[in-house]
Amino acid sequence: MNSRERILGRVRRALADVPPGEDAAVERDYLREHGERTVEETVDLLAENLADYRAVVHRTDAEELPYLIMRLLAQRGPRYVLVPPGLPPEWMSAADPTRVHDRAVSTPRELDEVESVVTGCAVAVAETGTLVLDGSPDQGRRRISLIPDHHICVVRVPDQVVASVPQALERLDPTRPLTWISGPSATSDIELDRVEGVHGPRTLEVVLVR
Amino acid sequence: MSGTFVGMPAFPAAAREAVRDTTLRGNLRHATHTIRAKRARAVAELEDWERLRQAGMRIKDRTLRHLDRYLVQLEESVTAAGGTVHWATDADEANRIVTELVKATGESEVVKVKSMATQEIGLNEALEAEGIAAYETDLAELIVQLGKDRPSHILVPAIHRNRGEIREIFTREMGEWGRPAPEGLTDTPADLAEAARLHLREKFLRAKVGISGANFMVAETGTLVVVESEGNGRMCLTLPETLISVVGIEKTVPTWQDLEVFLQTLPRSSTAERMNPYTSMWTGTTDGDGPRAFHLVLLDNGRTDTLADEVGRQALRCIRCSACLNVCPVYERAGGHAYGSVYPGPIGAILSPQLRGIGSEIDASLPYASSLCGACYEVCPVAIDIPEVLVRLRERVVEGGEAVREGNKVLLRPAKGHAAERAAMRAARWALTRPGALRTGQRLASRTRRLHPRTLPGPGRAWSGTRDLPPVPAEPFRDWWQRTRGGKGDAS
Repeated sequence: MNSRERILGRVRRALADVPPGEDAAVERDYLREHGERTVEETVDLLAENLADYRAVVHRTDAEELPYLIMRLLAQRGPRYVLVPPGLPPEWMSAADPTRVHDRAVSTPRELDEVESVVTGCAVAVAETGTLVLDGSPDQGRRRISLIPDHHICVVRVPDQVVASVPQALERLDPTRPLTWISGPSATSDIELDRVEGVHGPRTLEVVLVR
Repeated sequence: MSGTFVGMPAFPAAAREAVRDTTLRGNLRHATHTIRAKRARAVAELEDWERLRQAGMRIKDRTLRHLDRYLVQLEESVTAAGGTVHWATDADEANRIVTELVKATGESEVVKVKSMATQEIGLNEALEAEGIAAYETDLAELIVQLGKDRPSHILVPAIHRNRGEIREIFTREMGEWGRPAPEGLTDTPADLAEAARLHLREKFLRAKVGISGANFMVAETGTLVVVESEGNGRMCLTLPETLISVVGIEKTVPTWQDLEVFLQTLPRSSTAERMNPYTSMWTGTTDGDGPRAFHLVLLDNGRTDTLADEVGRQALRCIRCSACLNVCPVYERAGGHAYGSVYPGPIGAILSPQLRGIGSEIDASLPYASSLCGACYEVCPVAIDIPEVLVRLRERVVEGGEAVREGNKVLLRPAKGHAAERAAMRAARWALTRPGALRTGQRLASRTRRLHPRTLPGPGRAWSGTRDLPPVPAEPFRDWWQRTRGGKGDAS
């Protein structure tokens, strides 16, 4: 008998008390959303919760977006900025640094030389202050939002904003690699004091664009 | 479980050592009280907390009661998504599978995401024996690994260390493992975290093999989920070419939708956050993004034995949030090491004796490492009735009885060292079912009270060594009742 059969056999014997034919869907009487908010208030809550976890939040419109991105990059002064293949070109139209595209052949070490990255997102969750990236062309491979120290993430509001975790999962495709980001990298391992920035980006700037 | 804990003294002896360590008690008290207050605030934000908790319990029970079916479904989904599934009945088999997988890549080092399952099976030691270096990349695990120490908390394994001790460990040990600590390293948490970042980054950037556990596995889709804060998890899960995940079979959930419950309850219960900074979800492999090869090792190692106990089974609902540790008055004073297992605290007290059996002295003592105050049950996000299981296990220890070990039914003998307890219980049963004898005995005890010793002789000595013997009243209660109010009632 191989281990698979051995384990499954043990499970079946262990569950001799379970009546055959049992197994009904789980009753879900919890809330789909906490509290009642207008669309505007949901976006405000997202901004508030992002900031609460030390993300830097900016608001702008489509016209001003390229100039805001230019300013945010200029403040850090990187020579190169990493961009995913499908980032709308107009977002970067005013930016000074040289754009670096993430290619499959680039090694993590090469990407480590780049200080900033600009991406879009798949969905943002207001109640938890979370951005979800799903590897779409405007977000790129998981590694690009991980290796650089400075991440600028653009969220289209209100279309990409949902109130709650259940609503976010409904919108997402589980077959894609998903990264949920709530504020910059942090640790509380030393005396439970929260410190930002261990291995992921130490600075997360979120641009809410209307 | 891990060989690290072989030869641990039983809980009372280990705890006696630990409570004498004032630094340890100070570190623990600070940490558990901080997180306790924060957790209460994070939970209060959700008005439907109790309903989420019940749903979490129901989802996990549903999984456990049909685990065979969900495991088969999980295997199909993971395989269809490009992963390879392996089954391991025990620690040795899991270690062997992982070692062979690493060797097949030709690599001699791996980076690791913090994982309870790999701690449980002693994977690092097994890899080391085969000439493979396993680097822990979670900050707390790094502190433990560099300090040649053992983890003492599920979530914050170095909770027993303060910043001064951590600085000392980094300065002394980092150079042995890779990039040394920066000159003039201070003990501020930001500085220590930066030292860890620099030390580990060179390992991440060259790593070809990553090893992880998982918080959840979705049977329906084959998706694995890792929640973390630092980004070391994301590094290990996405940069290497090969990813090996070792996961206990009980981490399965049936559907994608089920995650909506646990992604709300886990972060708030563990770090008291609305959401942990990073959650990674992957389904098999994705072309051009992340590892090209993905191996899932499904681990039994005592879980099916635990499943066989209808009361104890609920311990497998555990999502390893560690809320029960942080509220436990016994954990707060004794610390995690006293539990002699990678699973300390209240959950460890019910999980370890079930996974490992109660054959050893430490495992037979764990069901007693509790005051049965019930605080652990109250905070548990999947409503594990820890006190109920503790009492069940105490019965096992004292009385023996039927249990399942390695898939076979066995008859457990009563554990050694509980003879006095059994004798006392038998005597109590005899007396309590014979009112006449009880009355005579109580009167006799009252009359001879001046002659009673302060401590018990013989096997009772250990009991009275840490307790005051209750004074015997001058008159038994039943006599007093007859003489006073009870008697009056009869007269009227």
